[in-house]
Amino acid sequence: MIDSFVVISLIKVLVVFAVLMTTLAYLQWVERKVIAHIQVRPGPYRVGPHGLLQPLADVIKLITKEDLVPPYVNKPLYLLAPFLAITMALLSISVIPFGPEIKVAGYSTWMQLTDLNIGVVFVLAVSSMGVYGIALGAWASNNKYALLGGLRSSAQMISYELPMSLAIAAPLLVSNTLSLRTLVERQSGSILQWNLLHGPFPQVFSFIIFVIAAFAETNRVPFDLPEAENELVAGFHTEYSSMKFASFFMAEYANMITVSSMAVLLFLGGWMAPWPAAYGSSLVPPLIFAIAGLIALYHGLNYSRKRDKYTLPAFGVIFLIIAGIFLLPMVQAWLLPLFWFCAKTGAILFAFMWIRGTLPRFRYDQLMGFTWKFLFPVAMLNLLVTGFLVAWFS
Amino acid sequence: MDVILFLVFAIIAVVCAINVVVQTHPISSAVSLIGVMGSLAILYLLLGAEFIAAAQVIVYAGAVMVLFVFVIMLLNAGTETRKGRSLMVQVLGVPLLITLLGLVAFFVQRLYPQATVHFGGFRGGTAEAIGRALFTTFLLPFEITSILILIAIVGAIVLARKELE
Repeated sequence: MIDSFVVISLIKVLVVFAVLMTTLAYLQWVERKVIAHIQVRPGPYRVGPHGLLQPLADVIKLITKEDLVPPYVNKPLYLLAPFLAITMALLSISVIPFGPEIKVAGYSTWMQLTDLNIGVVFVLAVSSMGVYGIALGAWASNNKYALLGGLRSSAQMISYELPMSLAIAAPLLVSNTLSLRTLVERQSGSILQWNLLHGPFPQVFSFIIFVIAAFAETNRVPFDLPEAENELVAGFHTEYSSMKFASFFMAEYANMITVSSMAVLLFLGGWMAPWPAAYGSSLVPPLIFAIAGLIALYHGLNYSRKRDKYTLPAFGVIFLIIAGIFLLPMVQAWLLPLFWFCAKTGAILFAFMWIRGTLPRFRYDQLMGFTWKFLFPVAMLNLLVTGFLVAWFS
Repeated sequence: MDVILFLVFAIIAVVCAINVVVQTHPISSAVSLIGVMGSLAILYLLLGAEFIAAAQVIVYAGAVMVLFVFVIMLLNAGTETRKGRSLMVQVLGVPLLITLLGLVAFFVQRLYPQATVHFGGFRGGTAEAIGRALFTTFLLPFEITSILILIAIVGAIVLARKELE
């Protein structure tokens, strides 16, 4: 029994790691495409059909680049910082549940690496350690722009951790658990059971506060002052090159995935469908893929660029095959929850990119004033009202 | 397994603690202190106090030490220089340290002769148990501590303002 547990855990770790790494690489491609389309240009288009092999090319470029260590840096901390950043970013994925219990070849296992009974606190603890990667890397670089970026980043991350923790505490009061798995199970049923809309106090304000704080925690636009390129060159990673730069880059994207899935688990019902399968929620994913496939086929037949003649029909056929797979009863048990989880997380990730494409950057005093004078009191008030109503109705 | 993990992280904690004192640069000392906090959190976890372990990481390693590092960076503190040490320190330092450690070990042994460690045996470490204890048994010490911290914050602001004027 112990042996099968070890083997299953190892397989799960390998699968999650491989999928996560691929997602990290392609998230970058998706971001470039989304921003390109917001700015009415095609984006990556040369490497592979529609630039689909661009992430691979980027990885090869980053690995083969010269790994330069400037002579004036504090070497131990300089080398430790990117390692710390990427470790802390990847560590929190280990408690995120992607789906319910499934049966594979006679063994039943959860679609989650491990479930801690303090899962939510664990994610908070790990993300609070993530700031060291940036702060120490910035200081060890011995560069004034890097140091300014690191100082901004640590001040910003400490300040936004407070409203974030308060915004997380409110839905926990409603669900009355700290385990991420139980948290999702308490939101099962329909969209009205999700913490976002569930009584006694719908957590709409917590959700908005959480998302705003998440943007600051991950150093994303409009709070990307630590790497504001027009004042700080590249901010905290100015002196880093090659794979060390790539580690910081991957850590940022891994943190984006973590906070997005946390938002989904805390407020949007995790892997649960918006309405029961009895009312046809299991038909939504095949329908979406079928429509996407038909659109791709239509554009392939009326192509505007010459290469689309072959690539778009191929995509269309692939989408139609995926739509067919979703209708098979033996895979529905794990594919549908996974679809809903990825769809919700993807929607929040898309919002990250959308906002990067539309909003300008805050000024530093505005950033600090916003969190301490507005976000923090609002989060406190929200927690008080939630606590009062939960106590009143239970 | 528990014993091996305990030994590994106990050794890391002690080595980091010594490193805090030995290092000449404030940032290196601060990083070593973070190592101590992290190892202590894992020792709490081994004993079965998972919420205290998480709180240790969030509060000490994640918040307090970030402020330490932040302040050291802002002040741009340089490497310490070694001033001449007095003869008494050179001669008596090591023997006195050994005597102190021996005394502490002796009194611990004397006061708690039956003290044994049960890994994972502690049952009061869940978030629920700690919340209950803080709001029932230890309500008064808890509130008094928070007022003490408030006084300290107000005092710090008063002192800083006086300096500005």
